[in-house]
Amino acid sequence: MAEKQPAVRMRHISKSFGQVKANHDVDLDIYGGEILALLGENGSGKTTLMNMLSGIYFPDAGSIEIQGKPVTIASPKDAFEHGIGMVHQHFRLVNVFSATENIVLGLDESEGFDLKAAAEKIHAICEAYGFDVDLNQKVYEMSVSQKQTVEIVKLIYRGADILILDEPTAVLTPQETEKLFAVLRNMRNDGKAIVIITHKLHEVQEISDRVVVLRKGENVGEMITAESTTQQMTNMMVGHQVTLNIERPTPVDPVERIRVKGLTVRDDEGVLKLDDVSFSAFGGEVLGIAGVSNSGQKELLEAIAGLQGVESGSIQYVGDDGQVQELTGKDPYQISSMGVALSFVPEDRLGMGLVGSMSITDNMLLRSFRDGKSIFADRKAPRELAEKVVGDLEVDTPGVDTPVRRLSGGNVQKVLVGREISSSPSVLLCAYAVRGLDVNSSYLIYDLINKQKQSGVAVVYVGEDLDVLLELCDKILVLCSGKVSGIVDARSTTKNKVGLMMTRLKGGEAA
Amino acid sequence: MFDFVSFIPRAIAQSIPLLYGSTGEIITEKSGNLNLGIPGVMYVGGICGVIGSFLYEHSFEDPSQMNAALGILIPLICCLVGSLLMGLLYCFLTVTLRANQNVTGLAMTTFGVGFGNFFGGSLIKLAGADVPSISLSTTSGLFRTTLPFAGSLGDFGQMFLSFGFLAYVAIVIALVSSHVLTKTRIGLQLRAVGEDPATADAAGIDITRYKYVATCLGCMIAGLGGLYYVMDYANGVWSNDAFGDRGWLAIALVIFTIWRPNVSILASILFGGLYILYLFIPTGTDLAVKELYKMLPYVVTIIVLVITSVRNKRENQPPEGLGLPYFREDR
Repeated sequence: MAEKQPAVRMRHISKSFGQVKANHDVDLDIYGGEILALLGENGSGKTTLMNMLSGIYFPDAGSIEIQGKPVTIASPKDAFEHGIGMVHQHFRLVNVFSATENIVLGLDESEGFDLKAAAEKIHAICEAYGFDVDLNQKVYEMSVSQKQTVEIVKLIYRGADILILDEPTAVLTPQETEKLFAVLRNMRNDGKAIVIITHKLHEVQEISDRVVVLRKGENVGEMITAESTTQQMTNMMVGHQVTLNIERPTPVDPVERIRVKGLTVRDDEGVLKLDDVSFSAFGGEVLGIAGVSNSGQKELLEAIAGLQGVESGSIQYVGDDGQVQELTGKDPYQISSMGVALSFVPEDRLGMGLVGSMSITDNMLLRSFRDGKSIFADRKAPRELAEKVVGDLEVDTPGVDTPVRRLSGGNVQKVLVGREISSSPSVLLCAYAVRGLDVNSSYLIYDLINKQKQSGVAVVYVGEDLDVLLELCDKILVLCSGKVSGIVDARSTTKNKVGLMMTRLKGGEAA
Repeated sequence: MFDFVSFIPRAIAQSIPLLYGSTGEIITEKSGNLNLGIPGVMYVGGICGVIGSFLYEHSFEDPSQMNAALGILIPLICCLVGSLLMGLLYCFLTVTLRANQNVTGLAMTTFGVGFGNFFGGSLIKLAGADVPSISLSTTSGLFRTTLPFAGSLGDFGQMFLSFGFLAYVAIVIALVSSHVLTKTRIGLQLRAVGEDPATADAAGIDITRYKYVATCLGCMIAGLGGLYYVMDYANGVWSNDAFGDRGWLAIALVIFTIWRPNVSILASILFGGLYILYLFIPTGTDLAVKELYKMLPYVVTIIVLVITSVRNKRENQPPEGLGLPYFREDR
């Protein structure tokens, strides 16, 4: 393959955002008929590098050649003209448009505006690669995986033969991921060049032909997937030896902490989000919650935390002395004044968890501003806490007075988790605690969760990566459209079984 | 019996400025710009037309010597240029400099009304009239020319053919806008810009250009509403503040018609009718009751706002990117 002409040749690419060097002197070759995995920790510059190829950013220095010809890519339009298409993490689709309208958007074909003809052409593409799309469906009615399919079809319709996918599997179920990979293989066999950005090493193993690793904005090496192990990849990515196994201490004397009975929740529009959910969470155990995105995970945690109105059912807290307290219908302030130490790491970090424009110290203060008798808030303790969290969790920040919005996603999450754990909770609720985090930071978070578990905290962990759920949790509660489709022992179940339970209604028919 | 034959033409005449304003604002909002400066733009459109025709009309000893084509073209062009400049100002502030759209719009309304009253006042002084208004009866006569056979068609002629050409232009513009927005590539791309600029940008659409063109075009259309008001509805008489709050009603119409210019044709007639209903309801000498009837269009607007905000069909919602500035490298 070495003599083959690369589809894309990037040389000495550099890009800075203010003081931060996102990419520094990166060389990268992308070949047709090959799936390349771009691997790296958070902030290692993978997405930035690909954004430069797709015209979102413009490189500060360096050159790009497409099929051997030097090109300048100044806008997404230029990228299309060179056959480069990118599926972003946040889909670039207009919600109120149909699939067809989205696919033809932005094309100026001289033959006029004919949606019917376009639909036929799209249909042919879908047949050829095995996509499953309803062309007249509006985007806001689609599932995440359908939206992603529309994105990919859109790129092919535009004649892209270099496809970049930014963490395409983050929001998919294992079954949907399988389907995506099948399509990607079809496209590779058709001679297209595919770049996939991901954190998940087992997927790199499964789908890619070649791996390029970025670290701190630089290309630190590449390897042929078939000849390497996940351990080698991780070492290259992190730059030193790491252990990849999540340790799972056996629970010691689990005691019941949270008892949920017949919980039913509707959202503002009256849609049933949780239907008769019952379970118990035990101190000293990690209870995983699995489910396709939007199956009621968010509502479940928010109901326990007192942020979501409950239609029927009860949520109870069992204290150390066996005393049972009712949490149903209480708001977070009432819950904490009852002496229940509940910590919540919400899904929406900067929306619900932290205030983006406030400094790390001030965000710590949000938890403690009621303490003390003085009318002035005590800023000393939060500052010390902020320094401790920054030190312990290796938060990459210029200082504790930096607004959290300026930090990268992983660092924001560390600040949030650090704050929640510091209040020594007896119940810890985590939603997607490692979403968007690289391997190193993720393991740090798993470690923290395990430490909490060992000190007797009842941890409820909503996750999307089934492999992690199976390794980290003691029990897994599987949600399917707001119903409990089962609670399984994480040590004895399999990924496939949980995956099927997540889609029980559909999976049942198929089985 | 309610006098429909005289009510309907007056309702329609009343509705035309609203239709211009709402069509202009719909096109603007579809690009994601919430231009609350529309009332000001309509004022500027009106006064610019008045300035043009005042200077032209007063360059003759005897206004009846005027060239008919120039008599129409000069105010028309002055009006379009005046509103275009307002549109460019709004775009420069909100698109290029990314200023807050609400504040910019409100400032432009204040500015436009002040601009109109200032130059209106100057012209009144220049004219040296006894009453605080300027009368441009010759120009207005040109604008109010109707089809020659309209008068011979009885009630039908009076109800539907008794208007100057600007009224029919308004309806044509509304129909064409509807067609362009829903049925053409340009419309699709414009809607994409207003719904989700990041997506439109990634699809290779020039966001800045679409926003500028749509907003400026919208302002020019809205400006025509001001011109129609002075030249046709008010018979060429400009007096300060006479245009009133029709600009705000036009913006309310945008929501009432759920961003559809073709629906706006009928809706604006409804609003126009409500606006003058008090003149047709026998209220006797009790002026207080008359004042209550004058509230009708505003009451309906409030009711409509309540109803539209509880309806939750996605297609009927405002463009998702409405009011938000767009910057590509903003993460």
